[in-house]
Amino acid sequence: MNDRVEVRKTYKLFIGGAFPRSESGRTYEVHDTDDKFLANAAKGSRKDARDAVLAARKGFAAWSAATAYNRGQVLYRVAEVMEGRREQFIADVQAAEGLGDKKSARVVDTSIDRLVWYAGWADKYAQVLGNTNPVAGPYFNFSIPEPTGVVAAIAPQDSSLLGLVSVIAPIVVTGNAAIVIASTLRPIPAITFTEVLATSDVPPGVINMLTGDPAEIAPWLASHGDVNAIDLTGVTSTELAKKLEIEAAGTVKRVRRPAQPNWLSTPDLGRLGAFVETKTVWHPLGA
Amino acid sequence: MRTIAEPLTTTSALREFLHGLPGVDEVGIKARATALGTRSIKNDSKSWAIDMAIRMVDLTTLEGMDTPGKVRAMCAKALRPDPTDPTAPSVAAVCVYGDMAPVARAAVGDNLHVAAVATAFPSGRASLAVKLQDVRDAVAGGADEIDMVIDRGAFLAGNYGLVHEQIVAVKAACGLAHLKVILETGELRTLDNVRRASWLAMMAGADFIKTSTGKVPVAATPAVTIVMLQAVRDYYELTQTRIGVKPAGGIRTSKDAIKYLVLVKETAGEAWLTPDLFRFGASTLLNDLLMQRQRMAVGHYSGPDYVTID
Repeated sequence: MNDRVEVRKTYKLFIGGAFPRSESGRTYEVHDTDDKFLANAAKGSRKDARDAVLAARKGFAAWSAATAYNRGQVLYRVAEVMEGRREQFIADVQAAEGLGDKKSARVVDTSIDRLVWYAGWADKYAQVLGNTNPVAGPYFNFSIPEPTGVVAAIAPQDSSLLGLVSVIAPIVVTGNAAIVIASTLRPIPAITFTEVLATSDVPPGVINMLTGDPAEIAPWLASHGDVNAIDLTGVTSTELAKKLEIEAAGTVKRVRRPAQPNWLSTPDLGRLGAFVETKTVWHPLGA
Repeated sequence: MRTIAEPLTTTSALREFLHGLPGVDEVGIKARATALGTRSIKNDSKSWAIDMAIRMVDLTTLEGMDTPGKVRAMCAKALRPDPTDPTAPSVAAVCVYGDMAPVARAAVGDNLHVAAVATAFPSGRASLAVKLQDVRDAVAGGADEIDMVIDRGAFLAGNYGLVHEQIVAVKAACGLAHLKVILETGELRTLDNVRRASWLAMMAGADFIKTSTGKVPVAATPAVTIVMLQAVRDYYELTQTRIGVKPAGGIRTSKDAIKYLVLVKETAGEAWLTPDLFRFGASTLLNDLLMQRQRMAVGHYSGPDYVTID
């Protein structure tokens, strides 16, 4: 008989490269699809959101200044570390989403491939989204995409890993810093993902993960003066989405509220171009 | 606490007095600072505290690259910290190098104090004649507050008489200007030394005692500030004279500033909660106070885009 006492897990948030408890001290129980207890997760509050914004702003400075090539390498490294934890992710996804062995393995593999796919775009999207513009004068005129800044995102509620990765990767690969609210009922794959981030080369603050209730946390991010954009992918209630859009309008944020795609299919460049600002430069021709 | 029967000026008399002061319980002071720092501040008190903290700021620029333009820009900000909100109070003073005092005085007129650092700031390594001329220049340039540094080398060597004599001479050179004495607590090593230096400065005629220059790695800490606040409180009991305290360096957030206000109230008492007796030497702190103020006014978090880049 195995009489070992299992270690009960109480997970924490991921802010600025560290794993703090929620400032509120609250936690909530996470269950699998059969309603079996899995672990406790931190229930983030508005002050956690505020701390995450500070961390993200710090992380943004260095991340946005890194070379595109370097950002690609860092994302690729995240995929490598994920690959090493493949079995854990499969178990997490299975418990969270109630999928079979094969299906959850496919979801995890696709998530890793998705990261590699976006990593590859790191030093190529500017060539596609940018342009040299024909002008009637002795000038070069070119448009280049630059990161928007600090982006808050509400991750998909159902697709707890693949959806999450598909939301985060395009935000950070273009040089933004992200504050992500993980799926409320299925946060464990997101938490394992933060453990991957902590042991890969992602600089502190570039990706911050909050767990808890988006209806409580997201309005503070939507109205925050130091958040530049918000991605509402995981907002399921029309009422909350509307509220967040109104809050975001107060500080003229970029708001993206796309339809939920089939996460397993290969994405287009829509998400890559969602959180960049186009800078157009006039440059006189040489004499 | 013993009474001071007659002015102490010689090294031996000063040593007898300063080393007779009760020792500082370093662990106890640090525990008390931590305990006071956890006090919960409710919204009404917080908005009062933020405005009070703004009014206590000595807005400071002490860089080799200071230009007249930068000093004027800082003075404009000192007078009207938040141009979007006329109810935001002005800060207490601007703090500059002595040669910038005329620029600062011209920019702020009689609306604010102009503090100038003098006496071979920040090291204090110059002859007394040079230090005194430095002070006279700053006062002639329009400074009405002088921030002097003590000779830490002499203090640590136990030459209290020399330190005392220099402070007395600088005080005389100040004329009507207020004298703030910088102890540079980061270089004094122990809290016992902080207590001794505080007493030495007060007995030599300081109007304010200030923690740091901001030029060494360890600047103002809550523990050091508590020791200095205890010193001014005890000095008041002895002499009925209130001396001010100015922590400087390393205080960057509103939360920190409010913690210091709690220390002031709980250590020296409410009488010290005025810009005449408590100041913050700071540059980045003001922006954070303004962002918190905006947050309380509009209900959502503000960001660095809504305050000036200094």
